[in-house]
Amino acid sequence: MSETSDLANGDAAKSELDRGPTTSERSAKNQIRREQLRVLYRSPGFLFGVLIVGFWVFAALWPSLLTSVGPKEFVEAGPRVKPGSEAWLGTDKNGWDVYARIIYGARPILIVAPIATAMAVIVGTMLGLVMGYYRGWVDEVLSRVIEAILSIPIILMAILVVFTFGRSTPVIIGTIAVLFVPAITRTIRSAAIAESDLDYVMSAKMRGESGLFIVGREILPNVTGLVVVELTVRLGYAVFTYATLAFLGFVGSNITDADWGIDVSQNYEQIVRDIWWPSIFPAIAIASLVIGVNLIADSIDKALKS
Amino acid sequence: MTTTEPLPTETEAEHPALAIDGLEMSYIVRGTPRAVLRGVSFEVRAGEAYGLVGESGCGKSTTAYAALRYLPGNGRIDAGRVESGGQELTAMSGRELREFRAQRASMVFQDPVQAVNPVLKIGKQVSEAFKVMGQSNSEAHASALAALKRVRIAAPESVMDRYPHQLSGGMLQRVVIAMALACDPTLLVLDEPTTGLDATVEAEVLDLVRDLRSELNSAILLIAHNLGVIRTMCDRVGVMYAGRIVEEGTVDEVFDNPSHPYTKGLLNSIPRRGLRKTDRELFAIPGSAPPIGASLPTCTYIDRCPIATEICRTDVPPIVDRSDGHWTRCHDADRISDVPEPQEVTVNYNVGTEQVIGVNGVSKTFRQRGHDVPALVSVDLGFAEGETLGLVGESGSGKSTLAKTMLGVHAADEGGAITLRGRQMAGKATARVEESVRAISMVFQNPDSALNRSWTVRRILHRSVVKLTGVKGAAADKRVEEIAEAMQLSPRHLDMRPRQLSGGLKQRVAIARAFAGDPEVVVCDEPTSALDVSVQAAILNLLAGLQNEERTSYLFISHDIGVVRYLADRIAVMYLGRIMEIGSTATMFNGTNHPYTEALLSAVPSVDGIAEDRIPLMGAIPSPANPPSGCVFHTRCHRAIKGLCEVTEPQMVELSAGHSMKCHLTVEQLSEPVHIDPAAVLAVAIDDPLA
Repeated sequence: MSETSDLANGDAAKSELDRGPTTSERSAKNQIRREQLRVLYRSPGFLFGVLIVGFWVFAALWPSLLTSVGPKEFVEAGPRVKPGSEAWLGTDKNGWDVYARIIYGARPILIVAPIATAMAVIVGTMLGLVMGYYRGWVDEVLSRVIEAILSIPIILMAILVVFTFGRSTPVIIGTIAVLFVPAITRTIRSAAIAESDLDYVMSAKMRGESGLFIVGREILPNVTGLVVVELTVRLGYAVFTYATLAFLGFVGSNITDADWGIDVSQNYEQIVRDIWWPSIFPAIAIASLVIGVNLIADSIDKALKS
Repeated sequence: MTTTEPLPTETEAEHPALAIDGLEMSYIVRGTPRAVLRGVSFEVRAGEAYGLVGESGCGKSTTAYAALRYLPGNGRIDAGRVESGGQELTAMSGRELREFRAQRASMVFQDPVQAVNPVLKIGKQVSEAFKVMGQSNSEAHASALAALKRVRIAAPESVMDRYPHQLSGGMLQRVVIAMALACDPTLLVLDEPTTGLDATVEAEVLDLVRDLRSELNSAILLIAHNLGVIRTMCDRVGVMYAGRIVEEGTVDEVFDNPSHPYTKGLLNSIPRRGLRKTDRELFAIPGSAPPIGASLPTCTYIDRCPIATEICRTDVPPIVDRSDGHWTRCHDADRISDVPEPQEVTVNYNVGTEQVIGVNGVSKTFRQRGHDVPALVSVDLGFAEGETLGLVGESGSGKSTLAKTMLGVHAADEGGAITLRGRQMAGKATARVEESVRAISMVFQNPDSALNRSWTVRRILHRSVVKLTGVKGAAADKRVEEIAEAMQLSPRHLDMRPRQLSGGLKQRVAIARAFAGDPEVVVCDEPTSALDVSVQAAILNLLAGLQNEERTSYLFISHDIGVVRYLADRIAVMYLGRIMEIGSTATMFNGTNHPYTEALLSAVPSVDGIAEDRIPLMGAIPSPANPPSGCVFHTRCHRAIKGLCEVTEPQMVELSAGHSMKCHLTVEQLSEPVHIDPAAVLAVAIDDPLA
């Protein structure tokens, strides 16, 4: 069977499905949602993602359950020991256990990334809805502001913020949130435009509803699926952005704190001396968290579209 | 139309162009396979046109896709065979299948706009169809020109050089048909080729296909939910229900002598032969078709059948031959006359004399890129209590703008007035007093779009009740239940969300919402065009009944002349934002008409047989931004008088009491019969001013 043509006509045939009374009256209230959840739980990507992310969340919450060594505890083996029986993932130049530092390093990234993402999604959703519904000059002005933010390189932005407000955690959270708002706003805005064109919005206008009611009560519930997808996708990016900022030294006041990005930046120079483990393992930790979050995001997106 | 004998083509005389045998198919939806075709068998002989009709969701389109094995990724053939010219499609490899589709079979889809690539010129796309068959660039170009000529496009060179958006919908569908005919297919599948097109454009496309049939030896498989289209286009027809064909025969036999209760139900549900609401109710088939994937009883139709007996539940109905080539899948084909006839209407529809809502000299001009676009030009209408005013006209004639202006979505221009019992209303809904907002409400075309997907039915109705009537608390809850009951919605529907309801139930919810504020006028914008005929009947009955009880007036906008005729007391015809003719339904259908009305009425494919002397309209409706001089209709008028019509705009003239039109011609001139060869019009249609 020719793959391409089949796909090309998939939509047409699916629409036939949609038109039919597929939803029988007998069907339970949340049949579709239940089936979507079943698709989600059965997808291997989702399970794998949950496994990875779950491990790191556990590490962030109860690090002492996963390692008996502290992040700044000098282990007996001494510094620069290869991964092996003395230290699972080796020790770094200070004689600290790389595995313990990775476990303890999960906490800062898992505090900053979700909070920053949540803030960005909340602000972006509100802005996107308002811009998409009202259009006109509101949309024009905000669009220009968003384009201005988008045009500033992340690094430049971070340098500016850190030198102005310092490098405390709230500042970093705020920075990442501001960086992410534009992309989220754009996505939600286009969805809100599509929703605003539907007749239920016109019907609400005809019975004299206020703009606030239409945006908050009529349109918002219909874009929640998109908001969830946006939340998970952006979380992956936020993890990566935080790690980048940490690597560049814009995060935290103490470079000896356990943090994946800082650890990579503190140890990467030694790779040339064949001491790769203190920088590569934290890097793998970053990658695994990003991949885990993205696997979950992809699966949710797919389940919502099925 | 009579059955044409299979043409004795030299190679495949012995093989039918398409033979589907016991085809069973399912779609995998959210991980579960759901049966959609449950043993479909039929044959399309060479040179024959075969139609498939049935409600949506019964598997018509799936059958069409299966005929070319164009299945979506989640489709799966479970059993059965699909053969074309003796070749088995289900066993073909990807390469063979591609070759088969390139050389021997083509498909035309519903929406021509989606079937073409918007960024490529027409010439390039049509040539492509020939290059696939191995022609060189120059050969393909020449073939493309010939192909466009073949679909009666008079200036193919200029069309080749245009982009899809520069062509009208009808022209585009003709281009798509030209591409489909590139390989001179033995099998041409048309899936709802005219759905979504205006009646006049539909007529243009159907004329073309009918015209082409005589010179092609393609077999045609036509899918349509419009029974009139099938009747006028096909030789034989199969009636599909729940993934099976329940009746098959020649169109004349099946439509004049239906032998399956389902066919009979379908035919009874459309207003035929000039039926009016004052004559009888429409027959609505009770219940709804079984959903895809449902397990079926012995007879698929049993739950909705008025003449079902015990045997229907225990035995699979046999195929009963009625006459030569006409069979039905029913135990009791002889008792078909027991299917109850729809009820005669005993109530009188009283139209009040007092004008409730008046539209006086209302114009609406939009500003677009610095230009004035007059969408409505001095429209005068009035609604008496309990009256239905039908509004007809092509897309782009300003029907929806009129509705939106009345509802206050945008304000009318200075000078005109919309009055409620003589008092002028504010332009915008937000500026109107509560009484005025309540007075007019709307039922939209597409209930999927009109109802908030994430709200329950109860919440949808409750909000309108509270907002429009000011009733709160338990009284509002009670009112919600009352209106739901009046719409024949059961209480359990109230806690469902729109997607859990069928199309007909959704439209009932939308109507319930429109009636929540006890309105004076309900604007119905094509309320049944997204629905199946069986459901449409129930909705029309509901609207008629509600009107009688509530004394509400309707502005009923529709493309479907039959439906308008059934429901409307008066009909107004709109063209380019102007009312061209207005009169009582009886005078509109029996008297002298405006040439535009004449053309509109003649364009409707009738389920009762072919309409004689169709008057084709030339080209597309002009842009309102740049309306023609004089009489706006003169560019497309078949009776236009040179030197008069393009110079002077005619005034509204009252011909008889309540019947007025804008035309320079006298009644005698208008009633002279005209005959226009459709082929001639197809050929000149390129000169439309829009392009």
